[in-house]
Amino acid sequence: MYELMIIGGGPSGIAATVYAARKRLKTVLISANIGGQINNTWGIENYLGYQFIEGPELISKFESQISQFPIDQRIGEKVSRVVKAQDGFEAVTESGRYQAQAVIIATGKSPRKLNVPGETELTGRGVTYCAICDGPVFAGRKVAVIGGGNSALEATLDMVKIAEHVSLVSLTDLTGDPVLIERLADAKNLTVYKQHQTLAIKGKDLVEGITLKDLKSGKEKALDVAGVFIEIGLVPNSALVKDLVKLNEHGEIIVSCACETSFPGVYAAGDVTNIPEKQIIIAAGEGAKAALQAHRYLRRLTA
Amino acid sequence: MADKKVVIYTTPTCPWCHRAKEYLSKKGIPYTEYNVAADREKAKEMIDKSKQMGVPVIMVDNEIVVGFNQPKLDSLLGS
Repeated sequence: MYELMIIGGGPSGIAATVYAARKRLKTVLISANIGGQINNTWGIENYLGYQFIEGPELISKFESQISQFPIDQRIGEKVSRVVKAQDGFEAVTESGRYQAQAVIIATGKSPRKLNVPGETELTGRGVTYCAICDGPVFAGRKVAVIGGGNSALEATLDMVKIAEHVSLVSLTDLTGDPVLIERLADAKNLTVYKQHQTLAIKGKDLVEGITLKDLKSGKEKALDVAGVFIEIGLVPNSALVKDLVKLNEHGEIIVSCACETSFPGVYAAGDVTNIPEKQIIIAAGEGAKAALQAHRYLRRLTA
Repeated sequence: MADKKVVIYTTPTCPWCHRAKEYLSKKGIPYTEYNVAADREKAKEMIDKSKQMGVPVIMVDNEIVVGFNQPKLDSLLGS
């Protein structure tokens, strides 16, 4: 049995690991990967200590930092649920069960899906949620970007430079920063479809097109595209504790400013929680706080 | 034991591609990299071989690994 389980290896989980290890807590870090959403991020300009650092390099530094500690790491395993168990909690993964007296949930967020026909089948086959990874593969092709916020606008501005044509499809008016919306006006190979709903993604082995509905007229329209970049926001990875702790209406884990959830002994940190801002540096701070709080909790248990 | 031939298809700003290359370098495994953003022929080759368009695509001899799937790479590279 461990004293502490940290679930999630993004900046918040890694910071928690550093603090837990330095308090000499018997700790296990369980995560599908190290880095979390930073794995889909290229240029980082607002993490302390670096004018500019690339996502993979920052993750490398995180990995090196925790490798010095005598904690157990189970990377590549995904926790499907956390339940109350004797003297603490149990986490279930595809290959194991882990028990600890206290747990920190630092599972972050994942891209929101459109939930339309063709989306799952064609993911990786023209449908992508990472414009920064896959964008260049579609150079010279026609693509669609779905979304109206900053991520969609940034993907569009990147893709107009290399694609034959970009169709930006937003359910509502564009909601991103005015400065990005203004820059769209310079693009000669862009069509913007506001108040358009994406109905389906079409294609046999690879994406061939999408169908849209004009919400004002009710008319449907088909676009020929080879790539679909879905940038419609993120959803918290909180399903693993939805029966254990209180979530808000967005599915985020509700935490106090001490990172406590509604269940004593369960802490949460970073993007999966209801903290109002989601940034790497904030996630790291929350992770540190959660570990220190978990340490106090564990000391009270044995007092 | 014969050395495995490793090929990786990447794009320049793909964080997963970088992590995959770093992983191969740390293990001391030589690889050939094709930048599919610059080389349309290699992009087509990658899509034909892997039946999909995401990067990275890593070939270990004739086995295809889509994405930085570390457990699968460990088993193919024999470590």
